[in-house]
Amino acid sequence: MMSIDIIVENTIIELLKKAATELPNEYLQEIQNQIKSSEGEVGKAQLKSMIQNAEIAKDTQCPICQDTGVISFLMALGDDFPIRSKIKEIIKKATQKATKEIPLRPNSVDMFKGNTCDNTSYDGYVPIIYLDIVPGDKLEITAMPKGGGSSNVSTLKMLKPGLGLVGVKNFIVEAVASAGSLGCPPYFVGVGVGGSEDLCMILAKKALLKPFKIRSFDSKVASIEEELLEKLNQLQIGAMGLAEGPTVLDLHIEFTARHPASLPVGVVISCWALRHAKATIYKDGAVVFN
Amino acid sequence: MTKLEYHLKTPITEPEINELKIGDVFYITGIIITARDEAHKKAIELYEKGQRLPIDFKGLGVFHCGPIMKKTKTEWITVAAGPTTSDRMELFQDQFIEYFRPSVIIGKGGMGERTVNACQKFGCVYGAFTGGAALLAAQRIKKVKSVYWLEELGMPECLWVYEVEKFGPLIVTIDSHGSNLTSDIMKRVNYQKEKIVREMK
Repeated sequence: MMSIDIIVENTIIELLKKAATELPNEYLQEIQNQIKSSEGEVGKAQLKSMIQNAEIAKDTQCPICQDTGVISFLMALGDDFPIRSKIKEIIKKATQKATKEIPLRPNSVDMFKGNTCDNTSYDGYVPIIYLDIVPGDKLEITAMPKGGGSSNVSTLKMLKPGLGLVGVKNFIVEAVASAGSLGCPPYFVGVGVGGSEDLCMILAKKALLKPFKIRSFDSKVASIEEELLEKLNQLQIGAMGLAEGPTVLDLHIEFTARHPASLPVGVVISCWALRHAKATIYKDGAVVFN
Repeated sequence: MTKLEYHLKTPITEPEINELKIGDVFYITGIIITARDEAHKKAIELYEKGQRLPIDFKGLGVFHCGPIMKKTKTEWITVAAGPTTSDRMELFQDQFIEYFRPSVIIGKGGMGERTVNACQKFGCVYGAFTGGAALLAAQRIKKVKSVYWLEELGMPECLWVYEVEKFGPLIVTIDSHGSNLTSDIMKRVNYQKEKIVREMK
């Protein structure tokens, strides 16, 4: 039988491949719906290209976009799962192999030594790992390659608490407006409010992966999400910033507690190709792709 | 606005470029060369030191793209090659156009005032390709003619010389007459933003 290390490594390679080459169906369906409902041939043509490109990617198993991003892994590691700290080493090896095999673009540049050519950094920080230790004996792992174009327009602001919720909402509108045409709209928007300057950004990034078009369990947050979705689309940035078609496909907000003197707001923007893939690996080596 | 469709072959002439107006759609057949931040920087540095580039850009297309390439035993294959965000090259584009006189800049997201001025002065246009549509783009690349600066700059940043057929559709967002479709659109976006912020409760 294959060792659990190898099973995890192979699963990670498979997840990277799936994330890079297959866009989740519900996103594609939404783009299809937008082709029908939006006005203007220029916008429709952009959306049609996105669909056509995604179809080729699935058929040929080639990456949707040449920018296969900086890679993050989000993990929930069960207390009784047989691998512990070695997971980092396995992730590094899998990323290096996936870069060659799929192939992914080498997107990890050392400031002094140049491109590492394997999507890892010399210091162990890249690929990025978000690790949660949970009860149970399984490992849940999500691969999330995120392109540079939309990361470059993500933003953080430490608001004055006196600006309150209106200030938060306005900053989100300003953030998307200033992203404009640059990050491949229509966008997915993840927002984190509270915590600290770093936590709000992590919450914002993770918010991108919340179930598509499912609003927050908290009705107050849900109604802010609805309101902002409507207002952001009134910006009329449009598909690829050409003023036709949708500006934002979905938005999720996470709130957490903050310092009394701080109101951190993180806005993480994703291009239309929000790529991710998830699997659950059981103690006995069984793997289920979610 | 009537949108016209054009088919251009490289080397593209100035009268051909001058026919294009913002909003028009065009396709390129011939040679386009990838160049991103590092390649723009290096090319300008070499020019200013009086050195020659390994390839002449005159009348050709510059493609803001960092592709995924794969080498077989005999040749390079383009796996995925969509446009990158052109705004980063705004730092260099006007000088690049002045020194090397390409006819077309291909990218996504549009560019700014400096590029508009250079396009007007030296007869160049900016054509936007759908961002993320890297496989549609790769299908129009018929041959990888050569590659320069690969060792030094790496796969995403070096100069890939592509022979393309009907590369497009490209939407003119900067023409050679001083117009910039992206900045027109962003002015409206900004107006909308001000209104939303003003009325926010």
